[in-house]
Amino acid sequence: MAEVTFLEALRQGLWEEMERDERVFILGEDVGSYGGAFKVTDGFSKRFGESRVIDTPISEAAIVGAAAGAAHMGLRPVAEMQFIDFISCAYDMLTNYVATARYRAGLSTPMVVRGPCGGYVRGGPFHSQNPEAAFLHTPGLKIVYPATARDAKGLIKASIRDEDPVLYLEHKWLYRRIKEQLPEGEEILTPIGQARIAREGKHLSIISYGATLWKSLEAAEQLEKADGVSVEVLDLRTLLPMDDAAIIATVKKTNKVLIVHEDTRTGGIAGEIAARINEQAFEWLDGPIMRVTAHDVPLPYAPTLEDFVLPQTDDIVKAARWLAAY
Amino acid sequence: MALPATRPTGAVPAGAVLSSDQLLEIYYYLRLTRTLEERVALYRQTKVIGGLFRSLGQEGESVASAYALERGRHKDVLSPLIRNLGSLLVMGARPVEILRQYMAKADSPTRGRELNVHFNDLEKGYLGQISHLGDMIPVMAGIALSFKLRREPRVGLVYIGDGGTSTGTFHEGLNLAAVQRLPLVVIGEYNHWAYSTPPEKQFAVKDLAEKAKGYGVPAVTVDGNDVFAVYEATRFAVERARRGKGAHFIEVKTYRRKGHAEHDDQHYVAKADLERWAKEDDPIDRYVQRLLTADLVGEADLKDIDDRVRVEVDQATDACVDEPLPPAESALPGVYVDPPAAEKLWFKVL
Repeated sequence: MAEVTFLEALRQGLWEEMERDERVFILGEDVGSYGGAFKVTDGFSKRFGESRVIDTPISEAAIVGAAAGAAHMGLRPVAEMQFIDFISCAYDMLTNYVATARYRAGLSTPMVVRGPCGGYVRGGPFHSQNPEAAFLHTPGLKIVYPATARDAKGLIKASIRDEDPVLYLEHKWLYRRIKEQLPEGEEILTPIGQARIAREGKHLSIISYGATLWKSLEAAEQLEKADGVSVEVLDLRTLLPMDDAAIIATVKKTNKVLIVHEDTRTGGIAGEIAARINEQAFEWLDGPIMRVTAHDVPLPYAPTLEDFVLPQTDDIVKAARWLAAY
Repeated sequence: MALPATRPTGAVPAGAVLSSDQLLEIYYYLRLTRTLEERVALYRQTKVIGGLFRSLGQEGESVASAYALERGRHKDVLSPLIRNLGSLLVMGARPVEILRQYMAKADSPTRGRELNVHFNDLEKGYLGQISHLGDMIPVMAGIALSFKLRREPRVGLVYIGDGGTSTGTFHEGLNLAAVQRLPLVVIGEYNHWAYSTPPEKQFAVKDLAEKAKGYGVPAVTVDGNDVFAVYEATRFAVERARRGKGAHFIEVKTYRRKGHAEHDDQHYVAKADLERWAKEDDPIDRYVQRLLTADLVGEADLKDIDDRVRVEVDQATDACVDEPLPPAESALPGVYVDPPAAEKLWFKVL
């Protein structure tokens, strides 16, 4: 076993897939000798050469479009968005071209688009975004969003091996904060489409993913100690396709659900989860399905503003306490 | 890099049209830009929470290009990039506003919502950028379109980096400006580095000017660290645009002497290159040398300006450094005109 950070685990996963399969290659801005803005691909260019670790112009649409073309021809591109905020520049390519390719034309497009997302880092409105909801509404894409180092590794490997295009979201607040013992020499693969119970509990369920998974776990801990409330925490890990079975199982177990995500509220993923619970487990509910999310504003820069806008551990504690007493 | 002196046909030599007061004013903005950035850098990772992007070595083209505009209420409008602090100052942004932006103060122009030089004052004539490069080209084309539609003798000016010219929005915006013959001047800043990416990985043409020519936009390449050359070229393009002759592209060759932001140690840049650009091709040094050699201003005048700038930056710092950050709930209003504020979420009032 060796202790690795979230970022190192992701690196290892990418590295192992590059070693395993020569069809895998990386393209993006400053990913080569610089090793990426966050150093995820540090050392890759030296090991695998410039032809498999390609520094591109600042052209997200071209990066994603070229990845699609190469994927059609049997290669396995991993496209990096320097910050996921810039994926909007490739929105047309992803939604119109990539996501529809299999359905409309029978084209296989096995590719990964990955990049750092999320706030809590004083990045302001253009270096903190959570773009998942826009793509959840795009049939044809898969979306994974690991919260642990193990899943960072397991999901990048699974994404690269998947036959369909996968959007892999990595929260930059987790990059160096999350450390975990991972076995050496054992292949870690996290299946796409499977959620995970991050903490067992019986009174109430919190459904979350990404950075707020950790805040939810912290809140669960506090509630256990202070209130004796036993909180189950479900880590979605994959957002599309959504693991209905795991969601419904936890609802049936605790009968109360709080959904926590960092993205803004309106049109956020919590709405979709709530609808599925309504459809599939309405009679199992002992309280309203509640949401803790960001406020519906662009993410501001000042610490005072960002802390207020984004969901904090204390918000989750208060919300869960309210729901537990319902 | 030795560049041929390129002077657009018909341009009036800057020395002939700038008074000594104007020459000193340009020097003031050059010095202010550099001193203010040095001041912001002092507070990095304490009061300045976000990234810090330096324009060291590029102050000349920023100041000279903006100085060629008509400034004042409802005159010309420019849109700066992250390394155009000098342009903003020329257009009337005050040092205290810059410091407050970087420090996310409650009284900053964006009230703590946005970072660094991302802010506007359309009356004074500047529109802040967003981080998505290229987006400001079509937006500034739209501003120029408004001038054309209203028959106002005003001009828009927008900056794009060598890396930014790889974006789709740059090409779409420039093409639109070309076919509509919009009064838009685009300054292409060839500073050799887009984060860590050198020009040869960014584009296969030699000069950015070639890209503009492909859209039928007249384009020149000038020595971006020669304040006079940039001023002359911009003034020519601005006046041409003002006469209804359409868009113009000016490529300024310069050099980014710091990392992409202060966290970036530039290990990918040859030390010798940095030293050479600093020693032989600093835009402020070159400007001063030219002023003094041609006896256009006195050395004491420059020294007075240095002192004045130091005092102004000190005063601006004292005025804001201990100011409060914005109150938390001020995050909610302003997403729309109506309703007046985003809803405060339920768990905040438990």
